[in-house]
Amino acid sequence: MALSTPPIKATTPAAQLNKVKARPWMKSVLIGFTVLYLSLVLLIPAVNVFIQAFQGGLGGFLSTFADREFIQAVRLTLIIAAITVPINTVFGLCAAWAIARHKFPGRTLLLSLIDLPFSVSPVVAGLMIVLLYGRNGWFGPLLQAMDVRIIFALPGMVLATAFVSLPFVAREVIPVLEEMGPEQEEAAKTLGANDWQTFWQVTLPTIRWGLLYGVILTNARAMGEFGAVMVVSGSIAGKTQTLPLFVEEAYKQYHTQSAYTAAVLLGCLAVITLVMKEVLERKTGIKKAVK
Amino acid sequence: MTPTQPVHPTRSSKFKLPSWPWRVTWVYLTVMLFLPIIALALRASQLSATEIWSIATSPIALSAYEVTFVTAVLAAGMNGVAGMIIAWVLVRYDFPFKRFLDAMLDLPFALPTAVAGLTIATVYSETGWIGSLFAPFGVKIAFTRLGVFVAMLFISLPFVVRTVQPVLQETEIDVEEAAWSLGASQFQTFWRVVLPPLMPAVLTGVALGFARAVGEYGSIVIVASNIPFRDLIAPVLVFQRLEQYDYAGATVIGSVMLLVSLLMLLAINLLQAWGRRYGS
Repeated sequence: MALSTPPIKATTPAAQLNKVKARPWMKSVLIGFTVLYLSLVLLIPAVNVFIQAFQGGLGGFLSTFADREFIQAVRLTLIIAAITVPINTVFGLCAAWAIARHKFPGRTLLLSLIDLPFSVSPVVAGLMIVLLYGRNGWFGPLLQAMDVRIIFALPGMVLATAFVSLPFVAREVIPVLEEMGPEQEEAAKTLGANDWQTFWQVTLPTIRWGLLYGVILTNARAMGEFGAVMVVSGSIAGKTQTLPLFVEEAYKQYHTQSAYTAAVLLGCLAVITLVMKEVLERKTGIKKAVK
Repeated sequence: MTPTQPVHPTRSSKFKLPSWPWRVTWVYLTVMLFLPIIALALRASQLSATEIWSIATSPIALSAYEVTFVTAVLAAGMNGVAGMIIAWVLVRYDFPFKRFLDAMLDLPFALPTAVAGLTIATVYSETGWIGSLFAPFGVKIAFTRLGVFVAMLFISLPFVVRTVQPVLQETEIDVEEAAWSLGASQFQTFWRVVLPPLMPAVLTGVALGFARAVGEYGSIVIVASNIPFRDLIAPVLVFQRLEQYDYAGATVIGSVMLLVSLLMLLAINLLQAWGRRYGS
């Protein structure tokens, strides 16, 4: 890319012609660059996951399923997602409604605060939870007196996962709610519907695709989170190890096959997420913003 | 933090009290977000200013910031240029598998970072598909700072493309054609007509990518060798301090990271406001 501005030359028909000729050449160079860049950074690493996993054939791939720690990691990942996704969905809906339906001072600030988990390093998120609930944390003595373990146990992992996946639902639902406007809800209310009826029969049907997309993103992050969960869980094999933690542990122990079998499961999660995104985009005709 | 009372003169009397969505929002945010941040700030405030300064500016911490921030700037910047080209290609040209490439661009958001780290470490290792192409030239990628760079490239790739795409879709080709027909060269057209309206979007994308790359842990901890003064990034340093039960060290470096995140959030908001003003 030229960084300096060349002086403006007088226009000649030849120069015009030159430009027209130059364009198809530019086109193939730019497309070539795009394909090469995306291949190096994205596609080859992505394809590699699936090829490595099946290098030992289907037998090698399936052998990991006999590993008790692997099965435990799958189960734990599903449990954590099953807890965090509904909680964050309810919160996301409440926050989206509160923000989209009201004008109040500090509204932009609140929006930024909800976005904060996106920009905080997952390790820092984990650290903050450890400083609150760990043995030397603020609630440590109280929790110990009550004999409740949060850090190095499921509750801490749920907290960490909920933290990092907190913004998705609100982020996806707010624009839809704003576009919908409050008129229909107000009409329903005037016609005698109560809050629940209004929500179930008027609001929800309108926001359902945005909500679904938010839930899918929340789920993808909840199942795939690594850093925050690593900090609070201690990654104890067979006990507090989720699938992403299992991937790292297996790779460090040179159990490459196990690492890639787990990676394929998470890769499939990513593929399903991307396919759902495409489907929802075609349904709503809106290009989804990324976060 | 008290719930703000919404003023809605048209609403019936049962809406006068903060409704339960308000209460849920504030209670949840307090427990999940404010309390942890306060815990970090309080822990940091227990240390003396000299302690904080000596930990925050210890040689190992300074080198970790340098590795993290410089590499993240380079990765986000490279993705800024590449992302602009990719967005241009995806908006303006038609070619086979375009939709597939477009959909694949969101992969870094959907693929768990541990998997990204695992596969980048393999592909870019000395015996890997791409790493073996560089190995004859004495260039090692995985388990060096270059590996950190590649991992950051991967996770910050979608941001610029996705912020620039909608802006490009809205700009009209007529303006470019007018510039051409008035005698501007291709570079002049690009530099003076195409680029200015894209700049807010490009910078927002670069800032988002940078913020993500700075905080990234999962993929880098696998791709890098995590050796201090070589390729140890700040989030890994926080983790190591925590593993050694050095809570003061973890808190101070973690607070520095949190402050940087807050500043980035502010910068991104300002950039987006600038972009909206440009758009209208």
